[in-house]
Order: sequence, then C-alpha cells, then structure tokens
Amino acid sequence: MTTNPSGGDLVIAGTVERGSFRLEADLCAAPGDVLGILGPNGAGKTTLLRALSGLEALTTGSIHLGSLTLDDAATDTFVPAQHRPVGLVFQNYRLFPHLDVRDNVAYAPRVQGAGRRQARAAADTWLERLDLTALATRRPHQISGGQAQQVALARALAADPSFLLLDEPLSALDAKTRLEVRGHLRSHLDQFPGPVLIITHDPLEAMIMADRLVVIENGRVVQQGSPAQVASQPATQYVARLVGLNLYTGTLDAATRQVLLDAGGTFTVTLGDDDAASAPEGQPRRPVLVGLRPSAISIHTVRPAQASPRNVWQGTVVALELLADRVRVQVDATPPALVDISSAAVGDLGLRPGTSVWLSAKATETEAYPDPGTHHTS
Amino acid sequence: MTSKNRPAAGQVPARRSRQAARAAASRETIPWSLGIPALLAAVFLLAPLAGLLVRAPWLGLPRLLGDSQVLDALRLSLVCASAATAVSLVFGVPLAWVLARWQVRGISVLRALVTLPLVLPPVVGGVALLLAFGRQGILGRLLDEWTGITLPFTTAGVVIAETFVAMPFLIITVEGAFRASDRGFEEAAATLGASRLTIFRTITLPLIGPSLLAGAVLCWARALGEFGATITFAGNFPGRTQTMPLAVYVALESDPEAAVALSLVLLLVSIAVLAGLRDRWLTTGGAR
Repeated sequence: MTTNPSGGDLVIAGTVERGSFRLEADLCAAPGDVLGILGPNGAGKTTLLRALSGLEALTTGSIHLGSLTLDDAATDTFVPAQHRPVGLVFQNYRLFPHLDVRDNVAYAPRVQGAGRRQARAAADTWLERLDLTALATRRPHQISGGQAQQVALARALAADPSFLLLDEPLSALDAKTRLEVRGHLRSHLDQFPGPVLIITHDPLEAMIMADRLVVIENGRVVQQGSPAQVASQPATQYVARLVGLNLYTGTLDAATRQVLLDAGGTFTVTLGDDDAASAPEGQPRRPVLVGLRPSAISIHTVRPAQASPRNVWQGTVVALELLADRVRVQVDATPPALVDISSAAVGDLGLRPGTSVWLSAKATETEAYPDPGTHHTS
Repeated sequence: MTSKNRPAAGQVPARRSRQAARAAASRETIPWSLGIPALLAAVFLLAPLAGLLVRAPWLGLPRLLGDSQVLDALRLSLVCASAATAVSLVFGVPLAWVLARWQVRGISVLRALVTLPLVLPPVVGGVALLLAFGRQGILGRLLDEWTGITLPFTTAGVVIAETFVAMPFLIITVEGAFRASDRGFEEAAATLGASRLTIFRTITLPLIGPSLLAGAVLCWARALGEFGATITFAGNFPGRTQTMPLAVYVALESDPEAAVALSLVLLLVSIAVLAGLRDRWLTTGGAR
C-alpha cells in the first residue's frame, strides 16, 4: 500500500462538550509517533478518539492533519468519519457479524470503489501480512479474541489510513493472549508510517506500546512525556498509584530545601537537575510534587536515631498486602504512605493493623519536581 | 446394625419432600388452575381448524378448485398480497428507519399515527381510503385530473387497501429492530469510508435480516386475509378485485361447500407459510 498523500502531524486543539462533560484536548502526534493516551475510566479518552475520527464534532477549536483541516468550529468545517483518512480499531472490535473475515477486511476497499475481486485481493494481502490467511472464511464469532483484534487491525489498515487510533486494543483479551498480541501489535504499529494513538488505562501497556504518554484526567491533559518520565515523576495521584509511587503535593522553600506538604508534615528533599535549572528567580516558594518510592521508605517500631539528612515521621499500620516478593504496608500518618518491606521484616517487627510505627526516608530518595498542574506551560 | 442403617427420626420426611421438590422442579408440573384454561384455549383455537378439515368436501374438491373463478380469486390474492408486501418493503422500511433514528419532537406522535391501522377497524380504513384516494377524495381528485387514473374498484385499489392495513405490521417489527440494533457497527463502517446509504444497505439491513423477514411475512399474511378495507375501497368484482376472502364470503351465501373448499385453500397456504419459515422466523425472529 502506498502512503496516503495527506500525511502530516495530527494536531488537535479544542474542546468537546457533551452535557455536563467537557474534554479539553491539546496534543500533537507526528508521523511515526506512537502516543499512549492514559487515563481512568470516564476521563474523556474515548471522546478524544471519537472527535479525532469524526464520529463527534468539536465544540470549539480545530483538528488538523498536516495541511488538511478535519474539524474547525470557527469556520464550521467538519469532515465526517466517512471522509477522514482514519483507521479506528474499536475496543470491542466491532467486526461485522454477517461478513466473514476476508469480507470484513475487504469492506473499506469495497466501499471506496474497488470491485469485489479487487477488494478481496487487497484483503488477502493484509490477511497475509498479519498472518491471518487461515481465518479468511471464518465468521467473527468463530475466531478468538486475539484473532479478532488482529482482524480489526487488518480491517482498519486496509482502508489505507493516514493516522491510526486504537481504543483499549487489548482490554478484551485474557492475560496470556494479551502478552502475545501486544508483541504483534507493537511491531505492526512500528511499521505504520502515520501518527498512532493508543488509548489504554493500563500503564504497562502504554509504556510498552507507546513512545510518548499523554495522561488525561477529568477531561484535561494533565501530563505528557516519555514513559520513563511519567513513571518517575507522576503529575497526579492517579498516575502515581498506577506506577506504585507515593505522591505528595506541597510548597517548596528553595533555600532550605524543605517542602511543606499539603497533607501535613514537612519533607527535606533533593531537587531534580532540570528543576534546579528552571527554578524561576525571585520565586523562592513554589508548588511542587514529591515522589517517594514505597521501597525507599524504612519502617521502625522505635524512633530511629537521626543520622544522615532524612525525613522521619510517625503513624499507624492500616493494612498489609502480600505482593509477589514483598509486603506492601499501608500506613496512616502525616503524610500517609505505602511502604514496601520484605515479608521477613513484617514478622521481625511484628506488624499488624493498628501497630504504631516510625517511617523514615533519606532526603536523597525524596525528589521534588514542579507541579505541572500549576506550571502549565505547554 | 439396624439402628445404624435406619435414618434418625425426622430425617426421612425431610429427604422425601426434598426429593419430591426436586422431581417437581425437573418435570415442571402444571397447576390445574393454569392447565385447564390453557387446555380450553388450545381447544378453542384448534377446533374450528379441525371442523374445516372434517367437513371439507374432499371428493368435490378438484371440481371446486378447478373452477376458473376460484383460480382467479386465488391468483389475485397471491398477486395482490405480494404486491402489497413489496410496496410496504420499499416505503415502509425507510419509514421505520426514520421513526427509529430521527430524534425530533413529535416523532412519537407520528409513530402512533402511522401504526393506527393496526387497531383501526378495516372497514373504517376502507372508508378513509375512499375519502383520500376516491374519485372525489382529496388526493384521488388530483390524481384523476392530472393522470386520468382512478384507484377505487380496480386491482391497484386492492393493493392499496391491503398495503394500508398490512404495512404497519412491517413497520413496527422493523422499527423495533432498527431501534435495538447496535449503532457501533454503523460507526465502524463510517470510519472505513462508507456513505450513509452504503451503511444502510451493507450493514444496517443485513443485521436486522431476521426481523425484516418476520415483518414481511406478517405483512403478507395480513394482506392475504384482508377483507374489510378491500371490499369497501375496491369492491367485489370477480377477476379484478375479488380476492379469496371475498370469494369465501360470497360463496357462503350461494355455495357453502365451495366456501369451505376455498377456506381450506387459504388454511393450506397459511400452514405452508408457517412451515416454510419455521426455522428462520419462529425460532430466530420469534426470540427477538
């Protein structure tokens, strides 16, 4: 297949309002980019996809693909889904139940004017490329979920789209199939020349499949960045929980390197390199986020002796959860924290819900970075 | 020994009643208060059919059915019912789609009015058709002036009368199917580049196939049996507007044996339709 000539950056800057829900989208994907759209249910991820694919119109703002205007509320321009060079893989695939696999994949070429024979030949090419030839004459209900996912991708690609959207592509699959399909999918997406957006609520999936993550919460983009950056410096509690970090908001006093936490308490912190560089002059106090790995916190039954600069605070064990190789202890304190320790340590310390404990964390493990929610400069 | 084998007191009745309950559950016994009315209803529905079969003049049947007037009536019935079904499909399916999908105020009023012929006495329908499409009717007069065509008391009038009465059966069946159908498939087709009309033709219609068939059969059967609107609007002219139900009615006055024979033919046609669609309609369509 030839690359569609209408390629270019996919840029959306606008809002979609539906009843009381409002999505503010402002993002850009270049050809070859694989963007992971991460967010909780109801955050507006699917609305974003529907706006990009032309199933829904923007309330304000515009969508461009290269020099092509797909939607512009100001000039009342709207290209409907039928005429957009989009490939959309739906969450539950939506394979046409009355057509076999080949005719599903042949659907786009057929409705775009190819003859029956020509459309089927095009479908066979895609089936072969995705290793699905054996399924050509099966009906959708006769194939597995993983196969259906691949067929849905083949059907979308057969339309020769300029950009590709995938809505929770793996969520309908069981854990084992998901692992297999994820590998396939990644390699097919890498071959796709245009921009790709993958919606997911699974951070691991997002990090494996995507080059860049966009976190959406409550209809707003709250963070963008590389998977590593998002994982190490989450901007919101939602992302912190997903990647298993303790996250605190607070106000930094740059001179003393003390952060007054919103949840109560004070931390002595290390400042990230980029943060130290970007610290605005004449603004000694500013809002920051403090990320703390559960394994970087130590737990004690007596107050630890003060040695190197570190943070020590007191609390009560609320719950213990056995993870694969360690125990996650939930501690109610000021501020509250999740702490990972070995199961042997749980026994040695005699921890159980209600136990009074001391927590400590080295200042070098306690990193503060700017709060993108308040320093929104994108 | 004996004390060991014998179950403790109080255990036996409990177990027995549990077994009885289990047997009852697997057999689904019918309480008489429901069974007797059910039996009466079944007898009531089947007895007339049995009467028709028992009293049919089996020996004279070939002669009666060989009569050209009977053959004309049968042919006219089949042709008109099929034509009415075709007209209903061509115009009724789009109307059903509009009723199901067009979200404007007043659409529910339109839906109620469109399905009015379902509950309207057919004779009243016939009178209303005369007032609309009769030579002096509000539309019929224009039609006569412009084209010279008059509909009442013609074969076309039979088709009009049957369509008026039968089309709502198709519309409500198909409208329900459109309403219940998954719009997701249509959205998927749109993202693949299909136009609205192409989506309707290649996705929407095939997906409601069973309901479409069920609606068409209901429509055809209703048209085949149409009497009141037909005789009022199209009259009772042998060979032109006298369909089977009309022929039966006329024969009942002059030749009761012939009436029974004609009724038998209609019964056989109905049974053939049911049998032919048993798998597709009674199971798939009926379950929807």
